[in-house]
Amino acid sequence: MPKLSDHYVQLTIFILLFLLVSVMGFLASRWRRPGTLNHLDEWGLGGRSFGPWVTWFLIGGDLYTAYTFVAVPALLYGAGAMGFFAVPYTIVVYPIVFLVLCRLWSVSHVHGFVTPADFVRSRFGSPTLALLIALTGIVATMPYIALQLVGIEAVLKSMGVTGHLPIIVAFAILALYTYSSGLRAPALIAFVKDALIYLVIIAAVIVIPVKLGGWHAIFGKAEAALSAVSPVTHKPRGSVLLTSSNQLQYVTLALGSALALFLYPHSITGVLAAKNRDTIKRNMAALPAYSFVLGLIALLGFMALAAGIKPIVTGGKADSNTVVPLLFDQQFPPWFAGVAFAAVGIGALVPAAIMSIAAANLFTRNIYKEYLKRDATPAQEAQASKIASLVVKLGAVACILFLDPQFSIDLQLIGGVIILQTLPAVALGLFTRWFHRGALITGLVAGLATGMVMLYQIPNPANGKAHFGGSGYALSNFGFSTTMTIYVGFVAVIVNLLVALIGTVVLRAGDIPDGEDGTQRPDYFADRDDPEVRDLPELVTEEPVS
Amino acid sequence: MSQEDTKAGAEQSDRSPWNWLLLIPIVLPLLTLLYNRRSPELLGFPFFYWCQLAFIPVGVATTVLVYQLTKRGR
Repeated sequence: MPKLSDHYVQLTIFILLFLLVSVMGFLASRWRRPGTLNHLDEWGLGGRSFGPWVTWFLIGGDLYTAYTFVAVPALLYGAGAMGFFAVPYTIVVYPIVFLVLCRLWSVSHVHGFVTPADFVRSRFGSPTLALLIALTGIVATMPYIALQLVGIEAVLKSMGVTGHLPIIVAFAILALYTYSSGLRAPALIAFVKDALIYLVIIAAVIVIPVKLGGWHAIFGKAEAALSAVSPVTHKPRGSVLLTSSNQLQYVTLALGSALALFLYPHSITGVLAAKNRDTIKRNMAALPAYSFVLGLIALLGFMALAAGIKPIVTGGKADSNTVVPLLFDQQFPPWFAGVAFAAVGIGALVPAAIMSIAAANLFTRNIYKEYLKRDATPAQEAQASKIASLVVKLGAVACILFLDPQFSIDLQLIGGVIILQTLPAVALGLFTRWFHRGALITGLVAGLATGMVMLYQIPNPANGKAHFGGSGYALSNFGFSTTMTIYVGFVAVIVNLLVALIGTVVLRAGDIPDGEDGTQRPDYFADRDDPEVRDLPELVTEEPVS
Repeated sequence: MSQEDTKAGAEQSDRSPWNWLLLIPIVLPLLTLLYNRRSPELLGFPFFYWCQLAFIPVGVATTVLVYQLTKRGR
């Protein structure tokens, strides 16, 4: 166990940088001077005014989270090549969503949509489908927020800081400035987060390989460590190349995760905050810069293997998320290790803030306004969202305090599978109105059920879990004589699509009434300067924005 | 519905044959058969790792190209 008395320098740097971003978070409410924050478009979408640069930092800070920084290398540390799926995943995602997000941006601006469920409600004329989409989004996002805390905790553990109090304090500060500044807070903090991350990673990929004898030696030592036979499973831990068993899993996990990424409510929040279609298109070309950094971060897992890092064991369980912080602590001088720890810690705050705002917006727009207070004014909507964002963060802290962190990790695994089930309604809905609302609901439910059953059936022999042991489903369960596995979300979304297809044909044949489409074709191509795009009409009439 | 289309003509669409180029960076990184090998190494990186990192500039270049080719005339 690392001792706190050896880590005063690291801890001081960490706290100083943390305080700096907290001050920025509070000051962010004055940034770009909104007329008022009492409107959901202002609090929850930063006034829909962010240009290419801010959007790049915001979405980058949003998608590449602290958990990613500790968990992806931990995956390579534990299993080898399989963990590198994060790279193809974050390459294919941008060309896939290039056209999709532009359409979503346009239709959302014409109609003032704040959440993906808003769009679905209008497109398919179904509040029920919208409610299901909103609930799926909230359920998928909550554990993701909790995992950001797991990321901070891994860093704190590596400095010998134990107990839950620091996490509670950190999240209380985060909750306060998110409450007062809304989406502007993470947008501003994202600049610091990304600057620190780039600095740390560039230093890491230059300094550490020199110390460890070069990349060739790193891969060689990692391979030796991975090929050691595990006493539990009697198989090697992993390999530096893919095997015949995990290639299909690698491809389907990369593709499935890519399809799911921009269905997450927090990703869509980042996109809708952009000021025009051009901003989105440019970002689709510029965001892969983060993928490159992620690829390098992933390789920290192999550096940790080569450096002989052993994860911190607490309560008899080895926490593999601690290998990257431990590597930094071993290889960097104390002050720079402090900077690296702060990069991870601040890296947790940005996505946690955006995720809680996104979940709060879903609650406000698709539950509160739909079912609890239909005549809510924009100011009441903003107030409901602010309070919901506090509740969401409380829930995340409670997850960490009262449940095994492993439970959050399991939930996040489930979250990726279930958010993918909103693909037919949200993503395909932007291109076609062919699906029947009843068929989409049936398909969504079928996809969710398939995903849950399959995940339940997956054991993990390495840590002795009987259920929810991973996302790779053995094809031998379907009767194929092979050791190959496939990503659960991928199978579930195919089931979902088939049910939606067949259901639509059946419901049309039975003349079951379908919902009204509240959108029109030109809405999907509108841009900022077009007359049909609303520019915060409620605000403009109250007080002109200069 | 379709009368609306005539209003602004071809501008009211995101259709373009150039969009098909986007398939390159979608399909290429998913073909593990292409890159699941050790050699040739580059700067000590096995092919598996540097090749996938090299797909990133391919993705960027394709996206930039499609963006430029499909810009609304202005």
